[in-house]
Amino acid sequence: MIEFRSVTKQFPDGTVAVNEFSFTLPSEKATVFVGSSGCGKTTILRMINRMIEPTSGQILIDGVDIQTQNKVELRRSIGYVLQAAGLLPHRKVLDNIATVPVLKGVPRAAARSAALDLLDTVGLDRSLADKYPRQLSGGQQQRVGVARALASDPNILLMDEPFGAVDPIVRAELQLELNRLQRDLGKTIVFVTHDIDEAFTLADQVVIFKKGGIIAQAGTPAEILAHPADEFVETFIGSDKGKRDLRLQKREGDNGLTLVVDKDGRPAGILADSRDSEAGSSSPGAPVQGAAAS
Amino acid sequence: MSWTLSNLDLILELSVEHVRLALLPIVLSFVLSIPLGWLANRNRTLRAVIITSGSLLYTIPSLPLFVILPIVIGTRVLDDTNLIVALTIYGVAVMMRSAADALSSVDEATIDAASAMGFSTFARFWRVELPLAGPVLLAGIRVVSVSTIALVSVGVIIGSSNLGYLFQNGKQRGILEEVGAGIVASLLLALLFDVIIVLIGRVLMPWNRSEDRSRSRARSNMIPIKQDVGA
Repeated sequence: MIEFRSVTKQFPDGTVAVNEFSFTLPSEKATVFVGSSGCGKTTILRMINRMIEPTSGQILIDGVDIQTQNKVELRRSIGYVLQAAGLLPHRKVLDNIATVPVLKGVPRAAARSAALDLLDTVGLDRSLADKYPRQLSGGQQQRVGVARALASDPNILLMDEPFGAVDPIVRAELQLELNRLQRDLGKTIVFVTHDIDEAFTLADQVVIFKKGGIIAQAGTPAEILAHPADEFVETFIGSDKGKRDLRLQKREGDNGLTLVVDKDGRPAGILADSRDSEAGSSSPGAPVQGAAAS
Repeated sequence: MSWTLSNLDLILELSVEHVRLALLPIVLSFVLSIPLGWLANRNRTLRAVIITSGSLLYTIPSLPLFVILPIVIGTRVLDDTNLIVALTIYGVAVMMRSAADALSSVDEATIDAASAMGFSTFARFWRVELPLAGPVLLAGIRVVSVSTIALVSVGVIIGSSNLGYLFQNGKQRGILEEVGAGIVASLLLALLFDVIIVLIGRVLMPWNRSEDRSRSRARSNMIPIKQDVGA
Protein backbone atom coordinates (compact mmCIF):
# COMPACT_ATOMS: atom_id res chain seq x y z
CA MET A 1 0.00 0.00 0.00
CA ILE A 2 1.34 3.41 -0.94
CA GLU A 3 -0.12 6.31 0.96
CA PHE A 4 0.28 9.99 0.11
CA ARG A 5 -0.47 12.40 2.96
CA SER A 6 -0.93 16.00 1.79
CA VAL A 7 2.17 15.89 -0.37
CA THR A 8 3.27 19.14 -2.00
CA LYS A 9 6.08 19.64 -4.45
CA GLN A 10 7.25 23.09 -5.35
CA PHE A 11 10.19 23.27 -7.75
CA PRO A 12 13.00 25.82 -7.23
CA ASP A 13 11.57 28.00 -10.02
CA GLY A 14 8.37 28.38 -7.99
CA THR A 15 6.15 26.01 -9.97
CA VAL A 16 3.85 24.03 -7.73
CA ALA A 17 3.68 20.70 -9.53
CA VAL A 18 1.71 18.92 -6.85
CA ASN A 19 -0.40 20.61 -4.21
CA GLU A 20 -1.60 18.89 -1.01
CA PHE A 21 -1.97 15.52 -2.69
CA SER A 22 -3.54 12.84 -0.52
CA PHE A 23 -4.31 9.42 -1.94
CA THR A 24 -3.89 5.73 -1.21
CA LEU A 25 -2.84 3.16 -3.77
CA PRO A 26 -3.93 -0.38 -2.94
CA SER A 27 -1.46 -3.26 -2.86
CA GLU A 28 -1.21 -5.73 -5.71
CA LYS A 29 -3.38 -3.61 -7.97
CA ALA A 30 -2.50 -1.56 -11.02
CA THR A 31 -3.17 2.12 -10.48
CA VAL A 32 -2.84 4.25 -13.59
CA PHE A 33 -2.24 8.00 -13.35
CA VAL A 34 -3.47 9.72 -16.45
CA GLY A 35 -3.51 13.37 -17.42
CA SER A 36 -2.06 15.77 -19.95
CA SER A 37 1.60 16.73 -19.71
CA GLY A 38 2.47 19.01 -16.82
CA CYS A 39 -0.32 17.75 -14.58
CA GLY A 40 2.14 16.46 -12.00
CA LYS A 41 1.56 12.74 -12.51
CA THR A 42 5.21 11.95 -13.21
CA THR A 43 6.31 14.09 -10.26
CA ILE A 44 4.02 12.07 -7.99
CA LEU A 45 5.39 8.82 -9.39
CA ARG A 46 9.01 9.91 -8.95
CA MET A 47 8.40 10.89 -5.36
CA ILE A 48 7.63 7.25 -4.54
CA ASN A 49 11.26 6.20 -5.07
CA ARG A 50 12.60 9.58 -3.94
CA MET A 51 13.90 10.58 -7.35
CA ILE A 52 12.05 13.76 -6.43
CA GLU A 53 11.75 14.84 -2.80
CA PRO A 54 8.46 16.40 -1.69
CA THR A 55 8.53 19.93 -0.31
CA SER A 56 6.10 18.90 2.40
CA GLY A 57 3.87 15.99 3.31
CA GLN A 58 4.51 12.32 3.84
CA ILE A 59 4.64 9.23 1.67
CA LEU A 60 4.27 5.85 3.34
CA ILE A 61 4.89 2.42 1.87
CA ASP A 62 3.15 -0.27 3.92
CA GLY A 63 2.97 2.19 6.79
CA VAL A 64 6.67 3.16 6.73
CA ASP A 65 7.59 6.78 5.95
CA ILE A 66 10.00 6.57 3.02
CA GLN A 67 11.88 9.62 4.32
CA THR A 68 13.21 7.38 7.09
CA GLN A 69 14.62 4.93 4.57
CA ASN A 70 17.98 5.02 2.82
CA LYS A 71 17.38 6.48 -0.62
CA VAL A 72 19.56 4.02 -2.51
CA GLU A 73 18.14 0.99 -0.66
CA LEU A 74 14.60 2.24 -1.29
CA ARG A 75 15.23 2.54 -5.03
CA ARG A 76 16.69 -0.96 -5.19
CA SER A 77 13.51 -2.29 -3.58
CA ILE A 78 11.23 -0.70 -6.17
CA GLY A 79 11.10 -1.69 -9.83
CA TYR A 80 11.22 1.23 -12.24
CA VAL A 81 10.45 1.21 -15.95
CA LEU A 82 11.18 4.41 -17.84
CA GLN A 83 10.12 5.86 -21.11
CA ALA A 84 12.54 4.74 -23.85
CA ALA A 85 13.64 1.93 -21.52
CA GLY A 86 16.64 3.79 -20.06
CA LEU A 87 18.88 0.77 -20.45
CA LEU A 88 22.62 1.09 -19.87
CA PRO A 89 24.04 1.20 -23.40
CA HIS A 90 27.40 -0.29 -22.41
CA ARG A 91 25.96 -3.40 -20.83
CA LYS A 92 24.62 -6.48 -22.54
CA VAL A 93 20.92 -7.28 -22.24
CA LEU A 94 21.55 -9.91 -19.57
CA ASP A 95 23.69 -7.56 -17.47
CA ASN A 96 21.10 -4.82 -17.80
CA ILE A 97 18.46 -7.15 -16.41
CA ALA A 98 20.80 -8.27 -13.62
CA THR A 99 21.64 -4.68 -12.61
CA VAL A 100 19.66 -4.42 -9.39
CA PRO A 101 20.35 -7.92 -8.02
CA VAL A 102 24.09 -7.33 -8.61
CA LEU A 103 23.85 -3.98 -6.83
CA LYS A 104 22.19 -5.79 -3.95
CA GLY A 105 25.11 -8.22 -3.75
CA VAL A 106 23.76 -11.28 -5.57
CA PRO A 107 26.72 -13.09 -7.20
CA ARG A 108 27.00 -12.15 -10.86
CA ALA A 109 26.63 -15.66 -12.22
CA ALA A 110 23.47 -16.29 -10.22
CA ALA A 111 22.01 -12.92 -11.20
CA ARG A 112 22.75 -13.59 -14.86
CA SER A 113 21.12 -16.99 -14.84
CA ALA A 114 18.04 -15.54 -13.14
CA ALA A 115 18.05 -12.82 -15.79
CA LEU A 116 17.91 -15.50 -18.47
CA ASP A 117 14.65 -16.80 -16.98
CA LEU A 118 13.29 -13.26 -16.96
CA LEU A 119 13.84 -13.06 -20.71
CA ASP A 120 11.26 -15.86 -20.99
CA THR A 121 8.94 -14.08 -18.58
CA VAL A 122 8.82 -10.95 -20.72
CA GLY A 123 8.59 -12.94 -23.95
CA LEU A 124 12.06 -12.32 -25.36
CA ASP A 125 14.20 -14.90 -27.09
CA ARG A 126 17.21 -16.03 -25.06
CA SER A 127 19.43 -15.38 -28.08
CA LEU A 128 19.14 -11.66 -27.28
CA ALA A 129 20.97 -12.13 -23.97
CA ASP A 130 24.38 -11.12 -25.32
CA LYS A 131 23.22 -8.21 -27.44
CA TYR A 132 23.71 -4.58 -26.55
CA PRO A 133 20.57 -2.47 -26.09
CA ARG A 134 20.97 -0.51 -29.32
CA GLN A 135 20.95 -3.76 -31.31
CA LEU A 136 17.35 -4.23 -30.15
CA SER A 137 14.11 -2.75 -31.46
CA GLY A 138 12.24 -0.22 -29.32
CA GLY A 139 9.69 -2.81 -28.27
CA GLN A 140 12.39 -5.32 -27.32
CA GLN A 141 14.24 -2.67 -25.30
CA GLN A 142 11.03 -1.90 -23.46
CA ARG A 143 10.59 -5.58 -22.60
CA VAL A 144 14.16 -5.66 -21.28
CA GLY A 145 13.26 -2.60 -19.21
CA VAL A 146 10.34 -4.50 -17.69
CA ALA A 147 12.54 -7.55 -17.05
CA ARG A 148 15.12 -5.34 -15.32
CA ALA A 149 12.43 -3.85 -13.11
CA LEU A 150 11.23 -7.33 -12.14
CA ALA A 151 14.71 -8.75 -11.52
CA SER A 152 14.84 -8.23 -7.78
CA ASP A 153 11.20 -9.29 -7.41
CA PRO A 154 10.03 -5.96 -5.99
CA ASN A 155 6.55 -5.52 -4.57
CA ILE A 156 6.16 -2.18 -6.29
CA LEU A 157 6.59 -1.44 -9.97
CA LEU A 158 6.75 2.18 -11.12
CA MET A 159 6.16 2.68 -14.81
CA ASP A 160 6.71 6.14 -16.24
CA GLU A 161 5.10 6.25 -19.70
CA PRO A 162 6.96 3.06 -20.51
CA PHE A 163 5.27 2.48 -23.84
CA GLY A 164 5.23 6.09 -24.99
CA ALA A 165 8.08 5.73 -27.46
CA VAL A 166 7.03 2.60 -29.33
CA ASP A 167 4.71 2.36 -32.32
CA PRO A 168 0.99 1.71 -31.76
CA ILE A 169 1.06 -1.96 -32.78
CA VAL A 170 3.94 -2.86 -30.48
CA ARG A 171 2.37 -0.70 -27.83
CA ALA A 172 -0.89 -2.64 -27.90
CA GLU A 173 1.11 -5.86 -27.73
CA LEU A 174 3.08 -4.66 -24.70
CA GLN A 175 -0.10 -3.57 -22.94
CA LEU A 176 -1.64 -7.03 -23.27
CA GLU A 177 1.65 -8.60 -22.15
CA LEU A 178 1.71 -6.41 -19.09
CA ASN A 179 -1.85 -7.44 -18.24
CA ARG A 180 -0.84 -11.09 -18.57
CA LEU A 181 2.24 -10.51 -16.36
CA GLN A 182 0.20 -8.70 -13.77
CA ARG A 183 -2.30 -11.58 -13.60
CA ASP A 184 0.61 -13.89 -12.72
CA LEU A 185 2.66 -11.58 -10.54
CA GLY A 186 0.18 -9.35 -8.73
CA LYS A 187 2.53 -6.39 -8.21
CA THR A 188 1.53 -3.02 -6.88
CA ILE A 189 1.84 -1.14 -10.15
CA VAL A 190 1.88 2.63 -10.51
CA PHE A 191 1.64 3.45 -14.19
CA VAL A 192 1.80 6.92 -15.71
CA THR A 193 0.41 7.68 -19.15
CA HIS A 194 -1.34 10.42 -21.08
CA ASP A 195 -3.27 7.88 -23.11
CA ILE A 196 -6.70 7.25 -21.57
CA ASP A 197 -7.23 4.06 -23.58
CA GLU A 198 -3.96 2.70 -22.25
CA ALA A 199 -5.14 3.62 -18.77
CA PHE A 200 -8.47 1.79 -19.18
CA THR A 201 -6.67 -1.24 -20.64
CA LEU A 202 -4.22 -1.63 -17.79
CA ALA A 203 -5.86 -0.21 -14.71
CA ASP A 204 -7.62 -1.71 -11.75
CA GLN A 205 -7.92 1.89 -10.66
CA VAL A 206 -7.63 4.97 -12.85
CA VAL A 207 -6.72 8.39 -11.46
CA ILE A 208 -7.40 11.29 -13.82
CA PHE A 209 -5.41 14.42 -13.02
CA LYS A 210 -5.97 18.09 -13.62
CA LYS A 211 -3.08 20.53 -13.48
CA GLY A 212 -1.24 20.78 -10.17
CA GLY A 213 -1.71 17.14 -9.23
CA ILE A 214 -5.39 17.67 -8.50
CA ILE A 215 -7.49 14.54 -8.86
CA ALA A 216 -10.35 15.05 -11.29
CA GLN A 217 -11.67 11.57 -10.68
CA ALA A 218 -10.46 8.24 -9.35
CA GLY A 219 -12.18 4.92 -9.83
CA THR A 220 -12.32 1.72 -11.81
CA PRO A 221 -12.51 2.10 -15.58
CA ALA A 222 -16.18 1.09 -15.47
CA GLU A 223 -17.03 3.63 -12.76
CA ILE A 224 -15.36 6.43 -14.66
CA LEU A 225 -16.94 5.46 -17.98
CA ALA A 226 -20.36 5.13 -16.39
CA HIS A 227 -20.26 8.26 -14.25
CA PRO A 228 -17.69 10.84 -15.39
CA ALA A 229 -17.37 13.26 -12.48
CA ASP A 230 -17.46 16.48 -14.47
CA GLU A 231 -17.02 18.02 -17.89
CA PHE A 232 -13.24 17.84 -17.64
CA VAL A 233 -13.39 14.06 -17.22
CA GLU A 234 -16.02 13.74 -19.95
CA THR A 235 -13.80 15.58 -22.39
CA PHE A 236 -10.74 13.66 -21.26
CA ILE A 237 -12.25 10.23 -21.77
CA GLY A 238 -14.04 11.28 -24.94
CA SER A 239 -17.57 10.67 -23.70
CA ASP A 240 -18.56 14.25 -24.48
CA LYS A 241 -18.60 13.22 -28.13
CA GLY A 242 -20.76 10.23 -27.36
CA LYS A 243 -18.02 7.74 -28.17
CA ARG A 244 -18.19 6.03 -24.82
CA ASP A 245 -21.94 5.45 -24.55
CA LEU A 246 -22.51 2.33 -26.53
CA ARG A 247 -25.77 0.55 -27.18
CA LEU A 248 -26.73 -2.68 -28.85
CA GLN A 249 -28.81 -2.39 -31.95
CA LYS A 250 -30.41 -4.98 -34.17
CA ARG A 251 -31.26 -3.93 -37.66
CA GLU A 252 -33.48 -5.49 -40.32
CA GLY A 253 -31.76 -7.76 -42.79
CA ASP A 254 -28.67 -8.31 -40.61
CA ASN A 255 -29.38 -11.97 -40.14
CA GLY A 256 -29.68 -11.63 -36.36
CA LEU A 257 -26.32 -9.83 -35.90
CA THR A 258 -26.15 -7.24 -33.14
CA LEU A 259 -24.42 -3.93 -33.83
CA VAL A 260 -22.81 -1.87 -31.12
CA VAL A 261 -23.51 1.80 -31.82
CA ASP A 262 -22.48 5.02 -30.09
CA LYS A 263 -24.75 7.75 -28.80
CA ASP A 264 -25.33 9.13 -32.30
CA GLY A 265 -26.02 5.73 -33.78
CA ARG A 266 -22.61 5.34 -35.46
CA PRO A 267 -21.57 1.67 -35.49
CA ALA A 268 -18.58 1.11 -33.23
CA GLY A 269 -18.41 -2.63 -33.76
CA ILE A 270 -20.25 -5.87 -33.67
CA LEU A 271 -21.30 -7.92 -30.68
CA ALA A 272 -19.04 -10.93 -31.08
CA ASP A 273 -21.49 -13.27 -29.36
CA SER A 274 -24.14 -12.49 -31.94
CA ARG A 275 -21.76 -13.28 -34.77
CA ASP A 276 -20.69 -16.52 -33.15
CA SER A 277 -24.26 -17.73 -32.84
CA GLU A 278 -24.89 -16.72 -36.44
CA ALA A 279 -21.71 -18.24 -37.82
CA GLY A 280 -21.47 -21.10 -35.35
CA SER A 281 -22.37 -23.69 -37.93
CA SER A 282 -20.65 -22.23 -40.98
CA SER A 283 -17.26 -20.62 -40.16
CA PRO A 284 -15.19 -21.11 -37.00
CA GLY A 285 -13.76 -17.58 -36.88
CA ALA A 286 -11.89 -15.89 -34.05
CA PRO A 287 -14.28 -15.13 -31.19
CA VAL A 288 -13.40 -11.47 -30.79
CA GLN A 289 -12.99 -9.18 -33.76
CA GLY A 290 -9.95 -6.92 -33.68
CA ALA A 291 -8.46 -8.16 -30.42
CA ALA A 292 -5.55 -10.56 -30.47
CA ALA A 293 -6.39 -14.08 -29.43
CA SER A 294 -4.37 -14.83 -26.35
CA MET B 1 69.74 5.08 -46.48
CA SER B 2 73.37 4.38 -45.57
CA TRP B 3 73.33 6.54 -42.43
CA THR B 4 70.11 5.02 -41.22
CA LEU B 5 71.25 1.46 -41.84
CA SER B 6 74.54 1.89 -40.05
CA ASN B 7 72.86 3.63 -37.10
CA LEU B 8 69.86 1.36 -36.58
CA ASP B 9 71.03 0.50 -33.07
CA LEU B 10 71.16 4.16 -32.11
CA ILE B 11 67.73 4.85 -33.61
CA LEU B 12 66.24 1.88 -31.78
CA GLU B 13 67.85 2.85 -28.48
CA LEU B 14 66.60 6.44 -28.79
CA SER B 15 63.13 5.19 -29.75
CA VAL B 16 62.93 3.10 -26.61
CA GLU B 17 63.96 6.13 -24.55
CA HIS B 18 61.39 8.19 -26.40
CA VAL B 19 58.65 5.71 -25.54
CA ARG B 20 59.76 5.57 -21.93
CA LEU B 21 59.61 9.36 -21.65
CA ALA B 22 56.26 9.67 -23.43
CA LEU B 23 54.39 6.87 -21.72
CA LEU B 24 54.26 8.21 -18.19
CA PRO B 25 53.02 11.72 -19.13
CA ILE B 26 50.26 10.21 -21.30
CA VAL B 27 49.06 7.89 -18.56
CA LEU B 28 49.39 10.58 -15.88
CA SER B 29 47.48 13.19 -17.84
CA PHE B 30 44.66 10.70 -18.40
CA VAL B 31 44.44 9.77 -14.72
CA LEU B 32 44.76 13.34 -13.42
CA SER B 33 42.25 14.76 -15.89
CA ILE B 34 39.37 12.59 -14.76
CA PRO B 35 38.91 14.14 -11.31
CA LEU B 36 39.46 17.57 -12.86
CA GLY B 37 36.88 16.87 -15.54
CA TRP B 38 34.50 15.64 -12.86
CA LEU B 39 35.03 18.85 -10.88
CA ALA B 40 34.46 20.93 -14.01
CA ASN B 41 31.00 19.43 -14.28
CA ARG B 42 30.07 20.26 -10.68
CA ASN B 43 29.38 23.92 -11.31
CA ARG B 44 29.82 26.60 -13.91
CA THR B 45 32.50 28.60 -12.10
CA LEU B 46 34.71 25.56 -11.59
CA ARG B 47 34.26 24.66 -15.21
CA ALA B 48 35.33 28.12 -16.35
CA VAL B 49 38.37 28.06 -14.06
CA ILE B 50 39.45 24.61 -15.17
CA ILE B 51 38.92 25.12 -18.89
CA THR B 52 40.63 28.52 -18.87
CA SER B 53 43.60 27.35 -16.87
CA GLY B 54 43.90 24.44 -19.27
CA SER B 55 44.17 26.79 -22.22
CA LEU B 56 46.57 29.06 -20.31
CA LEU B 57 48.84 26.19 -19.31
CA TYR B 58 49.05 25.08 -22.89
CA THR B 59 50.22 28.49 -24.03
CA ILE B 60 53.33 28.39 -21.81
CA PRO B 61 56.23 28.00 -24.23
CA SER B 62 57.96 24.69 -23.65
CA LEU B 63 61.54 25.98 -23.45
CA PRO B 64 61.05 28.40 -20.52
CA LEU B 65 58.94 25.76 -18.76
CA PHE B 66 61.82 23.27 -18.98
CA VAL B 67 64.14 25.89 -17.54
CA ILE B 68 61.84 27.05 -14.74
CA LEU B 69 60.65 23.63 -13.60
CA PRO B 70 63.86 22.51 -11.84
CA ILE B 71 63.65 25.66 -9.72
CA VAL B 72 59.97 25.13 -8.92
CA ILE B 73 60.04 21.41 -8.16
CA GLY B 74 63.60 21.28 -6.88
CA THR B 75 65.03 18.72 -9.27
CA ARG B 76 68.41 18.81 -10.95
CA VAL B 77 68.54 20.65 -14.25
CA LEU B 78 69.26 17.59 -16.37
CA ASP B 79 66.82 15.27 -14.61
CA ASP B 80 64.27 13.43 -16.80
CA THR B 81 61.67 14.25 -14.16
CA ASN B 82 61.63 17.83 -15.47
CA LEU B 83 60.60 16.62 -18.89
CA ILE B 84 58.03 14.19 -17.54
CA VAL B 85 56.42 16.84 -15.33
CA ALA B 86 56.40 19.40 -18.14
CA LEU B 87 54.83 16.95 -20.59
CA THR B 88 52.26 15.95 -17.99
CA ILE B 89 51.31 19.60 -17.54
CA TYR B 90 50.74 19.95 -21.28
CA GLY B 91 48.90 16.64 -21.38
CA VAL B 92 46.60 17.60 -18.52
CA ALA B 93 46.01 21.01 -20.11
CA VAL B 94 44.58 19.31 -23.19
CA MET B 95 43.03 16.31 -21.50
CA MET B 96 41.07 17.98 -18.72
CA ARG B 97 38.92 19.75 -21.22
CA SER B 98 38.28 16.47 -23.01
CA ALA B 99 37.47 14.81 -19.71
CA ALA B 100 35.00 17.57 -18.82
CA ASP B 101 33.36 17.25 -22.23
CA ALA B 102 33.41 13.46 -22.05
CA LEU B 103 31.65 13.32 -18.71
CA SER B 104 29.07 15.89 -19.74
CA SER B 105 28.44 13.99 -22.98
CA VAL B 106 26.85 11.11 -21.07
CA ASP B 107 23.10 11.03 -21.68
CA GLU B 108 21.21 12.58 -18.76
CA ALA B 109 18.42 10.04 -19.15
CA THR B 110 20.87 7.18 -18.68
CA ILE B 111 22.31 8.76 -15.53
CA ASP B 112 18.79 9.33 -14.25
CA ALA B 113 17.88 5.71 -14.98
CA ALA B 114 20.99 4.50 -13.17
CA SER B 115 20.07 6.53 -10.09
CA ALA B 116 16.54 5.18 -10.19
CA MET B 117 17.88 1.61 -10.34
CA GLY B 118 19.67 2.28 -7.07
CA PHE B 119 23.25 3.08 -8.04
CA SER B 120 24.93 5.14 -5.33
CA THR B 121 26.61 8.31 -6.62
CA PHE B 122 30.02 6.65 -6.33
CA ALA B 123 29.01 3.42 -8.08
CA ARG B 124 27.18 5.38 -10.75
CA PHE B 125 30.33 7.36 -11.57
CA TRP B 126 32.61 4.33 -11.89
CA ARG B 127 30.20 1.90 -13.49
CA VAL B 128 28.04 4.15 -15.65
CA GLU B 129 29.35 7.66 -16.21
CA LEU B 130 33.05 6.88 -16.70
CA PRO B 131 32.54 3.94 -19.07
CA LEU B 132 30.02 5.92 -21.11
CA ALA B 133 32.42 8.87 -21.25
CA GLY B 134 34.94 6.43 -22.76
CA PRO B 135 34.58 7.26 -26.45
CA VAL B 136 35.16 10.99 -25.89
CA LEU B 137 37.99 10.29 -23.40
CA LEU B 138 39.56 8.07 -26.02
CA ALA B 139 39.45 10.83 -28.63
CA GLY B 140 41.11 13.18 -26.12
CA ILE B 141 43.90 10.83 -25.14
CA ARG B 142 44.72 10.20 -28.79
CA VAL B 143 45.43 13.90 -29.22
CA VAL B 144 47.50 13.94 -26.03
CA SER B 145 49.45 10.90 -27.18
CA VAL B 146 50.43 12.46 -30.51
CA SER B 147 51.31 15.82 -29.02
CA THR B 148 53.32 14.25 -26.20
CA ILE B 149 55.39 12.19 -28.60
CA ALA B 150 56.11 15.30 -30.64
CA LEU B 151 57.00 17.34 -27.53
CA VAL B 152 59.38 14.74 -26.07
CA SER B 153 61.86 15.74 -28.79
CA VAL B 154 62.15 19.23 -27.35
CA GLY B 155 63.56 17.58 -24.24
CA VAL B 156 67.01 17.19 -25.90
CA ILE B 157 67.53 20.88 -25.22
CA ILE B 158 67.55 20.14 -21.52
CA GLY B 159 69.76 17.11 -21.97
CA SER B 160 67.18 14.38 -22.33
CA SER B 161 68.11 11.54 -24.61
CA ASN B 162 65.45 10.65 -27.17
CA LEU B 163 64.66 10.83 -30.89
CA GLY B 164 65.05 14.61 -30.67
CA TYR B 165 68.77 13.92 -30.49
CA LEU B 166 68.69 12.96 -34.15
CA PHE B 167 67.25 16.36 -35.10
CA GLN B 168 69.85 18.23 -33.07
CA ASN B 169 72.80 16.09 -34.03
CA GLY B 170 71.79 15.86 -37.67
CA LYS B 171 71.40 19.61 -37.92
CA GLN B 172 74.74 20.34 -36.25
CA ARG B 173 76.59 17.86 -38.44
CA GLY B 174 74.60 18.66 -41.60
CA ILE B 175 73.35 15.09 -42.05
CA LEU B 176 69.93 15.58 -43.54
CA GLU B 177 69.19 11.87 -43.48
CA GLU B 178 69.69 11.76 -39.71
CA VAL B 179 67.04 14.48 -39.29
CA GLY B 180 64.76 12.58 -41.67
CA ALA B 181 65.27 9.35 -39.75
CA GLY B 182 64.30 11.15 -36.53
CA ILE B 183 61.13 12.48 -38.11
CA VAL B 184 60.11 9.14 -39.56
CA ALA B 185 60.84 7.33 -36.27
CA SER B 186 58.74 9.88 -34.32
CA LEU B 187 55.88 9.54 -36.77
CA LEU B 188 56.00 5.77 -36.53
CA LEU B 189 55.98 5.96 -32.74
CA ALA B 190 53.01 8.31 -32.78
CA LEU B 191 51.21 5.96 -35.12
CA LEU B 192 52.05 2.94 -32.98
CA PHE B 193 50.75 4.66 -29.85
CA ASP B 194 47.58 5.66 -31.65
CA VAL B 195 46.92 2.14 -32.88
CA ILE B 196 47.51 0.73 -29.39
CA ILE B 197 45.15 3.27 -27.81
CA VAL B 198 42.44 2.53 -30.37
CA LEU B 199 42.84 -1.20 -29.77
CA ILE B 200 42.60 -0.75 -26.02
CA GLY B 201 39.44 1.26 -26.64
CA ARG B 202 37.93 -1.51 -28.74
CA VAL B 203 38.64 -4.12 -26.11
CA LEU B 204 37.31 -1.99 -23.25
CA MET B 205 34.29 -0.67 -25.16
CA PRO B 206 32.92 -3.50 -27.29
CA TRP B 207 29.53 -1.76 -27.13
CA ASN B 208 30.90 1.29 -28.92
CA ARG B 209 30.78 0.21 -32.54
CA SER B 210 29.47 2.42 -35.27
CA GLU B 211 25.88 1.76 -36.33
CA ASP B 212 26.82 0.81 -39.87
CA ARG B 213 29.15 -1.95 -38.82
CA SER B 214 26.67 -3.48 -36.44
CA ARG B 215 23.97 -3.28 -39.06
CA SER B 216 26.05 -4.96 -41.75
CA ARG B 217 27.03 -7.57 -39.20
CA ALA B 218 23.41 -8.18 -38.36
CA ARG B 219 22.61 -8.49 -42.02
CA SER B 220 25.32 -11.02 -42.80
CA ASN B 221 24.60 -12.64 -39.45
CA MET B 222 27.69 -14.77 -39.89
CA ILE B 223 30.27 -13.15 -37.64
CA PRO B 224 29.40 -13.16 -33.95
CA ILE B 225 30.59 -10.09 -32.08
CA LYS B 226 32.96 -11.99 -29.80
CA GLN B 227 35.20 -13.17 -32.62
CA ASP B 228 35.47 -9.64 -33.86
CA VAL B 229 37.07 -8.44 -30.62
CA GLY B 230 39.84 -10.99 -30.86
CA ALA B 231 40.57 -10.31 -34.51
